[in-house]
Amino acid sequence: MLSHLDKLEAEAIYIIREVAATCEKPVMLYSIGKDSSVMLHLALKAFYPEKPPFPFLHIDTTWKFHDMIAFRDKVAKDHGITMLKYTNEEGVKKGVNPFDYGASYTDIMKTQALKQSLKKYQFTAAFGGGRRDEEKSRAKERIFSFRNEAQVWDPKNQRPEMWKLYNPRIKKGESMRVFPISNWTEKDIWQYIKRENIEIVPLYFAKKRPVIERDGMIIMVDDDRLKLCPDEKIEQKTVRFRTLGCYPLTGGFESKADTLDKIIDETLQAVTSERASRAIDKDSAGSMERRKREGYF
Amino acid sequence: MSGLLKFITCGSVDDGKSTLIGHILYDSKLLYADQEKALELESKAGSRGGKLDYSLLLDGLMAEHEQGITIDVAYRYFTTDKRSFIVADTPGHEEYTRNMAVGASFADLAVILVDASKGVLVQTRRHARISHLMGIKNFVFAVNKMDIIDYDENKFNQIEEQINELVAQIGLENTAIIPLSATEGDNVTHLSADMPWYKGKTLLDFLETVEINDDNADNAFYLPVQRVCRPDRTFRGFQGQCESGKLTIGDEITVLPSGEKAKVKSIYASGKSVGQAIAGQALTVELDKEIDVSRGCVLTRDIKVQIGKTFSSEILWMDDEPLVLNEEYILQVGTNSIVASIEKINYKTDVNSGEKVKVSSLHKNELADCTIKLANISTLAKFKDYQALGSFILVNRVSNMTSACGVIRNIDAINKEDYTFIADNIKIAATLFDEYYYNMRDTKIDKALSKYNGFTIGDTLPLKGKTYNYPDKIDIIALTEKKVITVRQGKINAIIAVNKYIYDEDITPALMDSRGFAINVYDKKSYEKFYDEYLVDKNQADFWNKWVDCTKYRHILFNDNYWII
Repeated sequence: MLSHLDKLEAEAIYIIREVAATCEKPVMLYSIGKDSSVMLHLALKAFYPEKPPFPFLHIDTTWKFHDMIAFRDKVAKDHGITMLKYTNEEGVKKGVNPFDYGASYTDIMKTQALKQSLKKYQFTAAFGGGRRDEEKSRAKERIFSFRNEAQVWDPKNQRPEMWKLYNPRIKKGESMRVFPISNWTEKDIWQYIKRENIEIVPLYFAKKRPVIERDGMIIMVDDDRLKLCPDEKIEQKTVRFRTLGCYPLTGGFESKADTLDKIIDETLQAVTSERASRAIDKDSAGSMERRKREGYF
Repeated sequence: MSGLLKFITCGSVDDGKSTLIGHILYDSKLLYADQEKALELESKAGSRGGKLDYSLLLDGLMAEHEQGITIDVAYRYFTTDKRSFIVADTPGHEEYTRNMAVGASFADLAVILVDASKGVLVQTRRHARISHLMGIKNFVFAVNKMDIIDYDENKFNQIEEQINELVAQIGLENTAIIPLSATEGDNVTHLSADMPWYKGKTLLDFLETVEINDDNADNAFYLPVQRVCRPDRTFRGFQGQCESGKLTIGDEITVLPSGEKAKVKSIYASGKSVGQAIAGQALTVELDKEIDVSRGCVLTRDIKVQIGKTFSSEILWMDDEPLVLNEEYILQVGTNSIVASIEKINYKTDVNSGEKVKVSSLHKNELADCTIKLANISTLAKFKDYQALGSFILVNRVSNMTSACGVIRNIDAINKEDYTFIADNIKIAATLFDEYYYNMRDTKIDKALSKYNGFTIGDTLPLKGKTYNYPDKIDIIALTEKKVITVRQGKINAIIAVNKYIYDEDITPALMDSRGFAINVYDKKSYEKFYDEYLVDKNQADFWNKWVDCTKYRHILFNDNYWII
């Protein structure tokens, strides 16, 4: 009999294969985070002994941690997969950055960049690593999630999705976002990473790192682009990250968990849900749904 | 016992579904601190006068908060000491019934809420019926708001009677009835001091201990093929999920619908080569010989599925646009997509009384028994026997909306009209009379399936179509079936086995395949070379590009009328 993780894995592989078989031009979004590592691992398994028959795409905001970019390039090379990179150059030219632009930074460098890239390459289906346990509007999203020509999600009028019968049909210009690990929880992700020995970015493990404290969040000083306020001082603290977005929008927290086992223990006892360490989600109730409607993953 | 339990909560609007789940999460200390804090804050502004409003934990969409109702199904994940759960909280409004059905299609168990002050309502009946239709076998009727009727045992007994009547009417299998209060928590996670007359389990206790049998390991093996894996010229594997049974290297399997047999050469599960695989695993299966297998085929072993074209089914109509009889939809069953139309609505089921009503069309959220006809034969099964080949959706060809879902009850035996060519013990499904159109709407080439079928020796063939023009003297080779149909003066002269067919360059006319594509052979030698290469290379595009001319007898027409394609 299959274990809980075996079942989740089989479900995800089924979904990934369905997309490869029924969607014209799929792409797998790769954000470098742990969920992306799991997604890549599943894609490699799904088609073995063939390579995944679609490229991977990283939306580079230019504000990712240095460790993340190095990891991305290594993974692409190790597995021999096609890794496309896309940056909203318009945003870069205008100097859009997370310090001065707040929420519009996420819109310009992530949402708009994603929409531009999907349009540029004419992808008809994009895999995302979203999970239903992450956030309330995600909990309501279908596995094959339809996007209209403007790449907009209409949460009030989703196509019904029954059994394993996914309806991939779209018209020209429309697209699908597909979430193969919808039914995984954060705990499942960690246990799977351990079981399968999946490589993840070192930032997930606790280590002494240079940080400052701002608005109750611990922000890592990854390079000199982080402008310090007068009363802020760089300290060395043993921290790790629960999610990896852009810095300084992603906060770390003090932890001694430097192995997967310790991370799993810590996760099981966690008292804050995963997205609490991301600044963008706190803006307002429903903020994630609003961004998703606008085209964010 | 133990393992994962997937369940839904359903029932009429305001019966307290979201509150019930919220309460379980809250009581079981399954909330993160920030969620708890957000709940307290949002509750203060809410309608319960500052008391905790547990439903806020589940209703995640802005429109849901605005209207104070659940619109779409929400999935929640939680684990107690005894079991892991996925719960789908479904909407109670009739308007959103299809979203409730989405949740039901994924669950092993349904918790149906009944408002103790109102009793069994139409929506209770509808949800019980739909849950049953979607294949749920375990039911808990949670008689909620017992606090409002002062925990009165007599009133509860009356409702229990109504529920038992409903259970008998629909024919539900495993059922339990629990009186509780979702807002106060009575009999949810702890036994209620106010209902000493109730001797059963709390809801959570029940959910933690109920046994669900979802292990298909003892059944016959079948695997609907999702895709063909071809990393290089030496390997060809078929990928799909093993839906039931076991598969071992060396097993002889039958490919449906063709009926061809082969032995299993290798199996990959979870990215590794294995000797045996079991139900539930995602596999890549390599066979010991080259046979025709593509997406939509089913690998089987000792299984009683059927090849069919017409079947009766129970469907839930989900589209805002009503059902149009005989209009063509796309039917998805297993991994197959086929053009299909609803030939007849046998009756509509009145969700309240269970009465069978005669109707000529169906509207959103209505349940009906229908006869569906496919344009091509497909591998099908009764839903009660094999869920993955017995459940289907219907997709609107213009809007691409998933218009209906349904389950197969009975499959009609294939008759001669279901094949293009027939003779004694010979059945050939051919596509040469299909029309090819360039579909201007989505800039793809589509086929309109032929209406002509059931030809036998002596019959005149429709050799001139809109997009094909065949000579009236030609030999048609049906490669999969290994038969040749000889056509003389526009009529079928004979249907003979390939191994008895002799290519004589003096008398043999042009040769084409059963798709209407000309084959580039001109003498005995080239014919034999073609056939020998076919046996080895039939799955290589190069082979077809070398030997076949698609445009000699066929062409493509532009088309802007989507419905005819």
